[in-house]
Amino acid sequence: MIRLFIPCRSESHPRIALAKRSYSGIFLFLVFFSVIFQSANADCLTRGTGDLGVIVERASGSVQIVETTGKTSLFRVDGLGDLSHASAVFSRDERYAYIFGRDGGLSKIDLLCGKLEKRIVQAGNSIGGAISQDGKLVAVSNYQPGGVKVFAADTLALVADLPAVDGKGTSSKVVGLVDAPGQQFVYTLYDAGEIRIADMADPAKPEVQVFTGIGRLPYDALITPNGRYYIAGLFGEDGLAKLDLWKPQQGVQRILGDYGRGEEKLPVYKMPHLEGWAMADGQLFLPAVGRHEVLVIDSNTWQETGRIAVHGQPVFVEARPDGRQVWVNFAHPRNDTVQVIDTQTLKIVKTLQPGKGVLHMEFTPRGEAVWVSVRDTDSVLVYDTASLKQLAQLPAAKPSGIFFTARAHRTGL
Amino acid sequence: MRRKNIKQLFVLVILIQLAPVSAALDSARQAELLYLLKHDCGSCHGMTRKGGLGPPLLPGNLGGRPQLLFVDTILDGRAGTPMPPWRGLLTEQEAQWLVEAMRRGDGL
Repeated sequence: MIRLFIPCRSESHPRIALAKRSYSGIFLFLVFFSVIFQSANADCLTRGTGDLGVIVERASGSVQIVETTGKTSLFRVDGLGDLSHASAVFSRDERYAYIFGRDGGLSKIDLLCGKLEKRIVQAGNSIGGAISQDGKLVAVSNYQPGGVKVFAADTLALVADLPAVDGKGTSSKVVGLVDAPGQQFVYTLYDAGEIRIADMADPAKPEVQVFTGIGRLPYDALITPNGRYYIAGLFGEDGLAKLDLWKPQQGVQRILGDYGRGEEKLPVYKMPHLEGWAMADGQLFLPAVGRHEVLVIDSNTWQETGRIAVHGQPVFVEARPDGRQVWVNFAHPRNDTVQVIDTQTLKIVKTLQPGKGVLHMEFTPRGEAVWVSVRDTDSVLVYDTASLKQLAQLPAAKPSGIFFTARAHRTGL
Repeated sequence: MRRKNIKQLFVLVILIQLAPVSAALDSARQAELLYLLKHDCGSCHGMTRKGGLGPPLLPGNLGGRPQLLFVDTILDGRAGTPMPPWRGLLTEQEAQWLVEAMRRGDGL
């Protein structure tokens, strides 16, 4: 409690100067506790967190905490285990980041103190997570053993264990885990080809709805910003599986089922990611699997309205927050390039070459800048999205995912 | 005595020919292959090769099955799974070296 009453940075605090003249005893008392406070929290910042974010340094098991206003790094937090394919979600107060590692590690990081608050290893092998609508539950999707585990956001205590066992008794890897309105988590079973909705309104008694036969090898999924449509991409066959969460009784419907039929696919050296929702003017932009194309879909009719030829096989297809531009990065061996698509003309307006191993892109909350991680040059580049010029470069060790705190207030991120 | 030396030389020549073809890969290329194994193969199999969407590739997971099976899987992919063919990006010799490197646990 003492911490609450002691000023954090009190070197020249006017009230303390007054105390020095009148109440020197109290002053000494304050100084004493102030010193204790500052030594205990020497590195904690007193600021807001709305312009903060984390950069995953995947090979060194660390993250950098960065701020996007001055474009600087604030802290590095180590000891997070195997961060290949790591991702992050944020507490609704934007104070804490939850990092999901490949080795089953779930780490809670204090962004203001640059400190690992708590870390648990909750499975042998995992792939990502989500935070509930009310911010109280953090769910992790696991490969080994398959399934979803749900934890209390404050303590990381286990709340629920949702196995991913299909009708034949086989456990599945879980992909595409997102939060949805109504305190739900929605996720996809890779091996079994199922979508499941877990209602966590009563965390002690989760209610799980199962949708079978959605298609072969669903590799990832996304949810619309309003939390209505959940769409899983299929690797084993053509098209995507769509579930209307407002009308789950209608079941899963196939969209773009004819896309690419009879055409030879290219070998896929990196799975595309379905993250966020690249949408503009009622058009949805998605990475094509095994093709050098971005697909354009009418989000009212769910019909294909166009294909944009791009530099390589897309991995991330991300819309600037206003939807005017879509940025695309590519799979090995064409992963040195990023292309910018104008969503009005469906033309590529710029081809950038940030360097070999572009792994992720993250827009600032209102989209004036985008941060791009470049693995092989150990750097993160910041681009102005209007001039498309580079604004800054930050050193980072084998950077992969970049996540900004504005995600805290967006469904599905 | 001389006949024995010739015999030894003969055996040596045979052994050199039987030695792993990877002996011919220079160390710079070996380092590139280990980097590829960690970062590109690692995106499905895990950077520490403990598995992910793809199966684990640790020494303990690769025993008991013929070398050729793994070399073929790398070069031609595996139908019905996301494992792509790497032929064109990797030579047969490089695929063999990668399998040997995984069996030894190089770079872990």
